[in-house]
Amino acid sequence: MRDIFLADQAGLGARHAAILRPSISTRLMVGGGIAAAIALYIGGLAMLGISPARILAGLHRLGDIVALMMPPIPGTWTRAEIYLHALGQTLAIAFLGTMGAAILAIPLGFLAARNITASRILRFLTRRTLDAGRSIDTLIWALIWINVVGLGPFAGALAIMSADIFSFGKLMSEAIETADRRPVEGVTAAGGSRLEAIRFGIVPQVLPVIASQVLYYFESNTRSATIIGIVGAGGIGLVLSEQIRVLEWNEAASIILMVLVTVAVIDAISERLRAAIMGRK
Amino acid sequence: MTTTTAPRTVTTLPDPQLAPLMRVYAEAVAAKRRQLMLGAALFAVALALAVVGAEVEPATFWAKIGNFTSYFSRLAHLDNGASVLSDPAEWFWGLRKWSLLIGETLLIAYVGTATGALLAFCLCFLSSPRLMPLAWVRAATRRVLEFGRTVPEIVFALIFVVAFGLGPLPGVLAIAIHTTGALGKLFAEVVDNIDPNPVEGVRSSGGTWFAQVRFGVVPQVLSNFVSYSLLRFEINVRGAAVMGFVGAGGIGEELITAIRKFFYADVSAILLLIMACVVVIDLVSERVRHRLLAMERG
Repeated sequence: MRDIFLADQAGLGARHAAILRPSISTRLMVGGGIAAAIALYIGGLAMLGISPARILAGLHRLGDIVALMMPPIPGTWTRAEIYLHALGQTLAIAFLGTMGAAILAIPLGFLAARNITASRILRFLTRRTLDAGRSIDTLIWALIWINVVGLGPFAGALAIMSADIFSFGKLMSEAIETADRRPVEGVTAAGGSRLEAIRFGIVPQVLPVIASQVLYYFESNTRSATIIGIVGAGGIGLVLSEQIRVLEWNEAASIILMVLVTVAVIDAISERLRAAIMGRK
Repeated sequence: MTTTTAPRTVTTLPDPQLAPLMRVYAEAVAAKRRQLMLGAALFAVALALAVVGAEVEPATFWAKIGNFTSYFSRLAHLDNGASVLSDPAEWFWGLRKWSLLIGETLLIAYVGTATGALLAFCLCFLSSPRLMPLAWVRAATRRVLEFGRTVPEIVFALIFVVAFGLGPLPGVLAIAIHTTGALGKLFAEVVDNIDPNPVEGVRSSGGTWFAQVRFGVVPQVLSNFVSYSLLRFEINVRGAAVMGFVGAGGIGEELITAIRKFFYADVSAILLLIMACVVVIDLVSERVRHRLLAMERG
């Protein structure tokens, strides 16, 4: 086999010229793109002041920190209780934020869907609002809400809600647009009103998709809620950043470990629920 | 169902035959309703717990919701009370400084994403059963990737700021590690789903492990890898914008100072710059990804 191919090298080259000898312009484009990417990378390292010496020195200190993190268990029971309470708060923030966003996003989703909203201008405006809103991070929302309702977990829940409304709106509009038209036509043909067509024609199709997305966002928001405390919006992040600032590495590591376990548990539960919801569809 | 106007009547089963069927139907409906009620009750309990846990105070909320709307109106006014639009030069007084910081943010995101993508590229082959025969190496790689993507990048940044000092370096490293974890998983899934024939072809003609990867795997997965990396870059630009909150470089430091010190016009100017930048990057990256997709389809 091998000998046959080797003997026929010239023939293979002639038959598959496009693969073996790509045109000069493709080569230039690919080569130029790669060269530009590498140049930007090296230039970026220089401009950001990143040098091997700094990285090595930092890695050395990082090694010390990791050594100080062992064993990752809280020093006293009182502290463990504080962390557990903060963790509960984190879950509450994530849950409340996700549900609030899901409910508030429903009207936005319908407004942005092509098969519901006939007005082009209204749809365009809704979509651009959704796009622009998604570019603001949860942490920035948290800072804004802290100015409004004060420090604490409530600001965190509102921040998660504000950050998610926009992504939910987009997801819902997509789910609604991909819904099958026939049930809607069926309801209309049987004499149903427009509202009834939405209720019995679209909602049953969209609901399982949305519910599984809501669960997915709950998972991801559990992660976001763990960090939202860094700017003062409640939850475990507040405790974590405090412990890191006072260089209590044992405590910090124990908190990170608790967060990892919680996230894993939530992921497992939500995956089961998702499977159940999608199965019942 | 009977209708008075229809020319034909609908024939129904006689009652004795119909009764058991109706009973089964009623039971099925009741069971479903019970399940729904149970779910609703559980949901209500969870919601109530969450409301207590998150210290929701509707009274404070209603009393202060005015602050939220007035906050946005304050964002739209300069310090002297005039609308920001009346004097764009005064509004964007720090444009030079902010543009440089946005540039730094983009560089942090780029270098972080590129480093993470490279690491993920190397690690994804080690976690694929097709290319890595040793089970313990696969398991270890998977755990490392999982750790990288579960710990939020800003937590890495908090720790790295202590180890590496203030500045963009901890931000880049934090993004790189998180990206390695997130992309490593996606890359591994792509590698798991490739067509095995080219790999076997290279192997059967005597190719080494590297030749198998280079000529059997990489051509199949490269466009997907680049597309996922671009998507991750979009996400990382958002992430890099807040790295400065913990002192890890970029525009975030300027933004958090402006928010904390109530420089409203500055806040709106910086937010607009970030939003414009993110939207432009999303659009460009979407274009490139669509082209890559088209290239893949031939």
